[in-house]
Amino acid sequence: MSAPTYDLGKLHGGLRLEDHKSESTAHAIQRAPVPKHLVLPIAQHVGDAAQPIVGIGERVLKGQLIAEPDGTLGAPVHASSSGKVVAIEPWPVVRRYGAKAPCIVIECDGEDRAIERADTPPPYDTLPPDVLLTMILQGGIVGLGGAVFPTAQKLMQAVTCELTFLILNGVECEPYISCDDVLMREHAHRVLGGAQILMHALSLDIGYVVVESDKPEAIRRLADVLGELGDDRLVLKQVPTIYPSGGEDQLVQLVTNLEVPSGGLPTDVGCLVQNVGTAAAIHDWIIEHEPLVSRITTVTGDGIAQPMNVDVRLGTTVADIVNFAGGYTERAQQLIIGGPMTGKSVTTDEVPIVKATNCILVLSEPPVIGDERPCIRCGECAEVCPIQLLPQQLFWYACADAEGKLRRHGLTDCIECGCCDLVCPSHIPLTADFRKAKGRIRELADEKARAERARRRFEARNQRLDEERQQRDRDLAQQKETAKRAGPAAIAEILRRKQQKSDED
Amino acid sequence: MWTAILTIALIALLAGLALSYASRSLPSRSDSLVEQVNELLPQTQCAQCGYPGCRPYAAAIVKGGAPINLCPPGGQDTVRRLACLLGQDVLSLATTAAPGRALAVIDEARCIGCTHCRSACPVDAIVGAHQLMHTIIEVECTGCALCIAPCPVDCISMRSLA
Repeated sequence: MSAPTYDLGKLHGGLRLEDHKSESTAHAIQRAPVPKHLVLPIAQHVGDAAQPIVGIGERVLKGQLIAEPDGTLGAPVHASSSGKVVAIEPWPVVRRYGAKAPCIVIECDGEDRAIERADTPPPYDTLPPDVLLTMILQGGIVGLGGAVFPTAQKLMQAVTCELTFLILNGVECEPYISCDDVLMREHAHRVLGGAQILMHALSLDIGYVVVESDKPEAIRRLADVLGELGDDRLVLKQVPTIYPSGGEDQLVQLVTNLEVPSGGLPTDVGCLVQNVGTAAAIHDWIIEHEPLVSRITTVTGDGIAQPMNVDVRLGTTVADIVNFAGGYTERAQQLIIGGPMTGKSVTTDEVPIVKATNCILVLSEPPVIGDERPCIRCGECAEVCPIQLLPQQLFWYACADAEGKLRRHGLTDCIECGCCDLVCPSHIPLTADFRKAKGRIRELADEKARAERARRRFEARNQRLDEERQQRDRDLAQQKETAKRAGPAAIAEILRRKQQKSDED
Repeated sequence: MWTAILTIALIALLAGLALSYASRSLPSRSDSLVEQVNELLPQTQCAQCGYPGCRPYAAAIVKGGAPINLCPPGGQDTVRRLACLLGQDVLSLATTAAPGRALAVIDEARCIGCTHCRSACPVDAIVGAHQLMHTIIEVECTGCALCIAPCPVDCISMRSLA
């Protein structure tokens, strides 16, 4: 086992933030009880929503497939406890746009009976990579770091590239969140087991397990388990505690000193990054045959009575979990799903825990933000931007709605980490403005695509109508021609018959 | 001196041939301008401008000098973009802009299957057979409202998507 190392690469900008993690890491992971109801959105991942394959009134078991992926990008959804499907209806969820999304609601029977697998697949290291990838697809596994990109599709894209490194992301740089930390402390063997499966599936020889320096306990546990495994393909790496070093591209830069190109993916520079939680989920599915039906979520903030990390069934509502963590304190004012920097503020605790929910943060008062004042062009924002963009310049273009300039200045590369907001002496909500501008760019592109589609259909229709008209004209002309040619003969025939008739009379 | 005259004449002849070839076989500027104008129009094919579709309107703007402010679904934004492209003044929209994107919806219980709406739809977004219920393919509907007028039982309505 190699000693933890500091690294070569350097991250541009970034911030050291107060971490607030010790509140939730004081206790071991708690297992939440089976709730009364489970609310499972059919879209818990990037891509197309899954299609429900159960009906209302149907009984389901834990781990049973209840929605199948539809389209090329997506993941299945499994029931996270046993019970009866009582509704498939819109329910409030955490989303960037819109408030409600279709969900499968299960009334739990409390027995938590798991579905029995018909067969036991052979050990994973005897399986060819493509079979292993298909199996991962069926497990409903998505990136648990927050992006919820379907893991199988990410791997399928990765196998087409020339890969050198697997990077296991245990950085977890955002304040308050500690679910990956406790996972590595208590389940290091699952994390590393998942890493071994990934290395086998992608035929890789170097795997870095990267942890931030503020998690000594996790590093110690990982090092112990690595020693037990004796797998010298896996190397433990320690990186300094700087936000946002846990972003995929930032981590690649830190660990390998390679820069992911604008608009590109880490696979372009030979790296595949996976979150430690995702690796553990892959281990559970391939080795223990349990699909992704639960995850570890941090419940924390000074609005929570007993901050802790909870192993929770997907579909449990936030209200249930907050109750389990001792309820809200009197000071609780703001509910955020995700961390304080990139999370989303919600107004109801009826939203369910989904595959993406890494943190439930309840704060006593919203952080004090002074009044917005004009930009003084101090350049602080450009200093801290981890992507080396020019936030103040982008801000002007966003105000002016200059789509082309925003694109050219790399707005689409912005990871919305929120560093520029935090340092801005004029308290300009830059990230929010960028998010809006990105939305507008997307809308414009959608509109263009829609117009183009309508134009093509309109032209195709006109062409079809033209052809039909010409065909009709041709047919008519032919009929006339036939009539003309047949005319004299037909008249003669009629006259002949008339003659015959009068003769008979 | 004769050499000079001959050289110039030869150059003029060659240039003339090249130019006449170019003007015949290359697409004319007004054609490509029509394409550019058409690109800026919203392609709803709603005919609210008084022309039978977006492309005919684009052609009328470029060749017939039609005003650029006749497109309600495009709104003031489209007028601004057209003015920018054509170097004209920004006019205010001749009619009020349509309030956002809309979608036609057939009340399927009342539909008698007359096929009139189907033949009115400029983008073939209505399916249905004679004497059978019709329905609208939502993703293809441009919200042009051309199907409303022909319906004999008034079973089509517009639903706003905003």
